[in-house]
Amino acid sequence: MEIKEFISNFAEQFDDLDASILSPETEFKALDDWNSLVALSVIAMIDEEYDVTLKGNDITGSNTIQDLYNTVCERM
Amino acid sequence: MAFLELKNVRIAGMSACVPKSIEYTKDNPYISADYDFEDFIEKTGIHSRRKDESLVTSDMWCAAAEKLICDLGWDKKEIDVIISCTQGPDYIAPCTACISQDRLGLSKECYAAEIPLGCSGWVYGLSYIGSLLSTGCMKKGLLLVGDARTVLPTSDPIVGFAGTATAIEFQEGAEGFKFHFGTDGSGYEAIIIPDGGARNRISAKSLQMEDINGRQLCRLQSRMNGMDVFSFAITTAPKSMKKLAEHFKLNLESIDYCVLHQANMQIDEIIRNKMKFPKEKVPMCLPDFGNTSSASIPLTIVSQLRGKVENKYTKFLCCGFGIGLSWGSLAFDSEGMVLSDLVEI
Repeated sequence: MEIKEFISNFAEQFDDLDASILSPETEFKALDDWNSLVALSVIAMIDEEYDVTLKGNDITGSNTIQDLYNTVCERM
Repeated sequence: MAFLELKNVRIAGMSACVPKSIEYTKDNPYISADYDFEDFIEKTGIHSRRKDESLVTSDMWCAAAEKLICDLGWDKKEIDVIISCTQGPDYIAPCTACISQDRLGLSKECYAAEIPLGCSGWVYGLSYIGSLLSTGCMKKGLLLVGDARTVLPTSDPIVGFAGTATAIEFQEGAEGFKFHFGTDGSGYEAIIIPDGGARNRISAKSLQMEDINGRQLCRLQSRMNGMDVFSFAITTAPKSMKKLAEHFKLNLESIDYCVLHQANMQIDEIIRNKMKFPKEKVPMCLPDFGNTSSASIPLTIVSQLRGKVENKYTKFLCCGFGIGLSWGSLAFDSEGMVLSDLVEI
């Protein structure tokens, strides 16, 4: 898995977000459109695409997209 | 492995009661500080719920039971068992099953007990009552399941009120029920009312409002870690149904209806896709009634399948999952099951 693909999948969970503004260093919870409903969609996407089940603490304990990506990679 | 098979019992009928009063999601100003009602409807699929703060749980399931007893033509004197399941009992004590025996005018020769489970409760309740009836000593029973108003009023945009009655009877040779159950108590805080039990007694602090994921809640109101519940539901429910199918050699393609706990649309859609069921096999009452906790499976059957299943042999697969964390899957076949008209009070 490449982080580029992960970021693209991540961006798709928002209604209207340009993936090009995201980078591995993006602090995703600071994004204007981030909310608890988007969090659920991200959990669903990671479950479907990577067969990894994240819990609430995995999301709240991650700051950047890279953090989230690393957690997913560790569990694959 | 928590598998169970009960023979010689059948579901004779089901009924459900909801308040007449409709609360529309678009009119709820308390959805969340983080998102608006349109986002909420898109993700949860909940357009409206039935709510009436004057109704307690036994008001609803007794109305459902009266209708069902009448439609079945049962004699109240023949009802040997009540099992009830709620997380919103009329009183902290005594249990609502005993109160319901009297309210329904049933015989004092009646076994009555209550299970305080939530979204998995109907499946668990059926295993209790099925176990009691399958030996044939007791012949007829009612499973009363649902939730109405709670200790404090709530602006929760997910939860709807409903009370249901399921009539179960002993019948020699009936195929009965097949179950798989599971529990993960380590997730007890995922959905919890923190105060008011013996662990955290009621204090002045219990009534102080706190910000919980963008909503104002006190410690006597139910709160949820949405992300943990979501992860649990999308993984555990499909696994449980697949285990059930594998253990009892059920052919999933032959299932006529898969009736899921009505959690939210996103969760139920993910489960449906994982189980590879087409939409028409997975009826939903969530858009109109919200998440009705333990009542959601029988309410879905009554409100969505009435007129479609009564007169033909129908194979059901059901799964309840939620607070506890607790889950249960059930397979049963029906023929000639009575489904009452939805009762509105």
